[in-house]
Amino acid sequence: MNFAVLVFPGSNCDIDCYKAVEQTVGQPVDYVWHTATDLSKYDCILIPGGFSYGDYLRSGAIARFAPVMAEVAKAAAAGKYVMGICNGFQVLTEAGLLPGALRRNMSLKFRCHSTILRVENNKTAFTNQYEVGEMIDIPIAHGEGNYYCDEATLEQLKKNDQIIFRYSDNPNGSMEDIAGICNEQGNVLGLMPHPERAVNQLLGSEDGKKMFTSILNAWREQHDAASIG
Amino acid sequence: MFKATVYVTVKENVLDPQGVAVQGALHSMGFSEVSKVRIGKYMAFEIDTTDRAEAEERVRQMCEKLLANTVVEDYRFELEG
Repeated sequence: MNFAVLVFPGSNCDIDCYKAVEQTVGQPVDYVWHTATDLSKYDCILIPGGFSYGDYLRSGAIARFAPVMAEVAKAAAAGKYVMGICNGFQVLTEAGLLPGALRRNMSLKFRCHSTILRVENNKTAFTNQYEVGEMIDIPIAHGEGNYYCDEATLEQLKKNDQIIFRYSDNPNGSMEDIAGICNEQGNVLGLMPHPERAVNQLLGSEDGKKMFTSILNAWREQHDAASIG
Repeated sequence: MFKATVYVTVKENVLDPQGVAVQGALHSMGFSEVSKVRIGKYMAFEIDTTDRAEAEERVRQMCEKLLANTVVEDYRFELEG
C-alpha cells in the first residue's frame, strides 16, 4: 500500500506524518510536492498540518487551488483514502471535499495540548481498529479549529454517521464538540487533532497508531489480503 | 480601470469570536450602546477593464471562489472609476 504525504509551502507536520506511516504500518511513503499532477500510484493521501501559504486570507484558502488538489479530488472520487490533519482538514473544507468550515477558536487563543477524543464511529477506514466510545489521547495545536456548518449539514452529518471524533472537553468552541468528520462515502477524513504526534509513548501517547493501522487494514480488506490484528 | 474594494465579514448567524471579544472590551470601557460587532477584512485592488458589468461579474466570481468562504462569510464590494 502506497502513502503520499502532501507538502505545501508552510506545511510543518509533513515529516511527522511520514515517520508515523513508517513506524506504525511500515508501508512505502513519499513526500509529494504541491505542484504534483499525478497521484495515481497512491492508495492513501495524507494532508499534513502546518500553515500552508502562511494561512494568508484564510487557513487552507490558497492551498486548495494548488495543482495537487485537483488530483486529491480525483483520488477522493475514486474512493481512495484521504486524511487531512489540522491544516489538512482546513484545506479539505476549503476545497469542498468536506462540508463546513473551521473558524477562529472561541478563546481566540492558539491551543496546543493533549485532548481526549471519543471515537463516535468505528466503521470507517480510519477507525476500524478502535471501539465506539473509546477515549483516546491525541494532541491538538491550532488557532482555527472551531468547526461550523449550517443546521441542514449538521443533520446530514448525524444521519450519515459522519461525525467520527468528538472532544470530551471542547477546546475551541466547535459545534457539537466535533473534532473530526468524514465525507458521505467515508473515504475522506478531516480532523483537527494530530494522530501522527501520538504514535509512541515517548510522545506522550500512542493512541493515534490505530488510525494508521486502520487504514492499512481497510486497504487490505478491500484487496483481499490478510488482515492485520 | 476600476478600483475594487471588497469587504468580508463573518455571516450574521455565525458566531464571530473576535467580534464578541471586541464588543466585550467596548462594553467594559463604557460603550454599552454597542451591539452586533463584526470584525472583517478589507481588500482593495485594481481591475483592468472598462466594462463595469464585466468588472462586477469578475469581482463577484473572485469573492465566491477565493476572497470569501461563503460557508461562514458574507462579502460585499464597491467599484470606483
